[in-house]
Amino acid sequence: MIWLTWRQFRGSAAMMAAVLVVLAVVLALTGPDLASRYSAGIAGCTPDGTCERFFDRFFAGHELIFVAVSFVVLALPALAGLFWGAPLVTRELEASTHLLVWNQSVTRRRWLAVKLGLTGLTAMAAACLCGLAVTWWSDPLDKSAVPDLALMAPLVFGARGVVPMGYAAFAVVLGVTVGMLVRRTLPAMALTLALFAAVQFAMPLLVRPHLMPPVGATFAVSQVNMGGIHVAEEGGPVRISTKAAVPGHAGAWVMSSDLVDPSGRRIAGSGEEAPVPVSMTSGPCAPQRLGPDGLDACWVEINRLGYRQQATYHPLDRFWPFQWIETGIYALLTAGLTWFSFWWIRRRLS
Amino acid sequence: MASVLQAQALGKRYGKRWALRECTVDIPAGHVVGLVGPNGAGKTTLLKLAGGQLQPTTGEVTVLGGRPGGTPAQLAKVGFVAQDTPLYAGLSVAEHLRLGARLNPRWDAAMARERVGRLGLAPAHRAGRMSGGQRAQLALTLGLAKRPELLILDEPVASLDPLARREFMQGLTEATAGHALSVVLSSHLVSDLERVCDFLIVLVDSRVRMAGDVDRLLTTHHRLTGPRRDPGRLPAGQHVVSASHTDRQSTYVVRTDAPIRDPAWTVTRVGLEDLVLAYMDRRTADDRRAPLEVWR
Repeated sequence: MIWLTWRQFRGSAAMMAAVLVVLAVVLALTGPDLASRYSAGIAGCTPDGTCERFFDRFFAGHELIFVAVSFVVLALPALAGLFWGAPLVTRELEASTHLLVWNQSVTRRRWLAVKLGLTGLTAMAAACLCGLAVTWWSDPLDKSAVPDLALMAPLVFGARGVVPMGYAAFAVVLGVTVGMLVRRTLPAMALTLALFAAVQFAMPLLVRPHLMPPVGATFAVSQVNMGGIHVAEEGGPVRISTKAAVPGHAGAWVMSSDLVDPSGRRIAGSGEEAPVPVSMTSGPCAPQRLGPDGLDACWVEINRLGYRQQATYHPLDRFWPFQWIETGIYALLTAGLTWFSFWWIRRRLS
Repeated sequence: MASVLQAQALGKRYGKRWALRECTVDIPAGHVVGLVGPNGAGKTTLLKLAGGQLQPTTGEVTVLGGRPGGTPAQLAKVGFVAQDTPLYAGLSVAEHLRLGARLNPRWDAAMARERVGRLGLAPAHRAGRMSGGQRAQLALTLGLAKRPELLILDEPVASLDPLARREFMQGLTEATAGHALSVVLSSHLVSDLERVCDFLIVLVDSRVRMAGDVDRLLTTHHRLTGPRRDPGRLPAGQHVVSASHTDRQSTYVVRTDAPIRDPAWTVTRVGLEDLVLAYMDRRTADDRRAPLEVWR
């Protein structure tokens, strides 16, 4: 049975291996260089405290490859589900070869166990290797990334660490199960992709924020957590807005970031603007007073008036706990679907 | 006599449609059994239930004393060559034989190699590039080299040209000659079965219309032609299978164990094909309320 599975699977396994080798070579060639430029930059910026600007420059210089590499890790499990999982049973049904192979002296449960085992483990191994390699490679970039693409940000989180392994296992079993129910390759592939994408969107939106209760805290307004100061052309009050970041917790995943006024009342949610009673014509916020430190003096003034950022967030040190919990959730989903597919192949599938 | 296949009130439903219902059949061991019936009679469903490919909705089926398809031991005892003889298009002849060797404990590698060699199939030839006849022969080889006690073939020659049909049937006859192997072979064409089968079952609308040893069937059925006569006036021992009348003349196909002595009749032999057609005919089937007893 292992021989037959390998014979049918070796083509796609070789293709996956080729993709992984290319990725590994690219990462291995560029990784050390990236790391040395990062440490050189840190050494240069630490004495004069300009590291924020170095981070922005460094990350902007590599943003494209950063996004591309993360996308590869995100796409790999979906492709495994699509091209390995969905056709696993449907291809046999469409060519009627299930009538050949299920009539040898091997029960279909054993047939499925070997097929699903070999395919699923290969997909998991590929996703795990790919995820860990990218995690190693992108370490300097993850440290310097803008808040939207930080390590805990939904899109990046799924492309790092061990969760890709969970995604791959789930995607393959999902593909097999959908294939058994739909019985045609193309519709099964389309449905697998739709369902997998739906789960992948639902996870960071609905489930991951609640894996642990988020930390709530109030912060002074500053360059780090404020989006900017805005004045309408025709005058009117000065308006400010918060950013999805909290001071002192770089890389945190911010759930909510509200602006509260001196009485503690919430006056603006994430991304909304609210007026503050400061003057743009005189005082610390006047444009002619802005020095090399930008708006820092102005933020101090707004702070003095009693405005604060109230935020809930998951700090960066929850990255690995979240990785393991989420991998566990996907492992449970995988186990459930596996049980169902074994039940279905014996009882219902002809 | 031992049975290879016993079905009791067997039924299979797909949604609201019954593919097979209330099927009771008993197939004796040691025969090459032809299962004939019109399209949609439930032949394929019955054979798939026997191979364990399907689970019955109602009733039960026993194959070689066991429940079909449940265990490796049961699977090893039953060979199954499916309709249109499916094979892996990407696998070569040699790889198909290797598949058989890997998946079957009783695999007869020498026999498989010998058969493939005699058929002139190149080991490196891919199944996807073979003719229908070659594919059918390779599928038959896989079924035979598994060394089953019962080999089920579901319309194996339906899509083959006449020459390939004959070669396939010859191969089957040769292969079954030397071994204690029971074969159940379905077809909707009697001419395919005539040459190889020694036992015949006619299945119409899931019901067994007729079952019996081919030689016995041929010696006990007669076509009577003579002056017009009412079926009620035939002797008690003569069971009417089919009847047709013109103004002055009657033609009956009757089954009887006794010789026919009435000088008014011209008695002729009934060919197997005509006999099967007579039993498949729905008009006479409706007249006959009680199913025919099964002959062993």
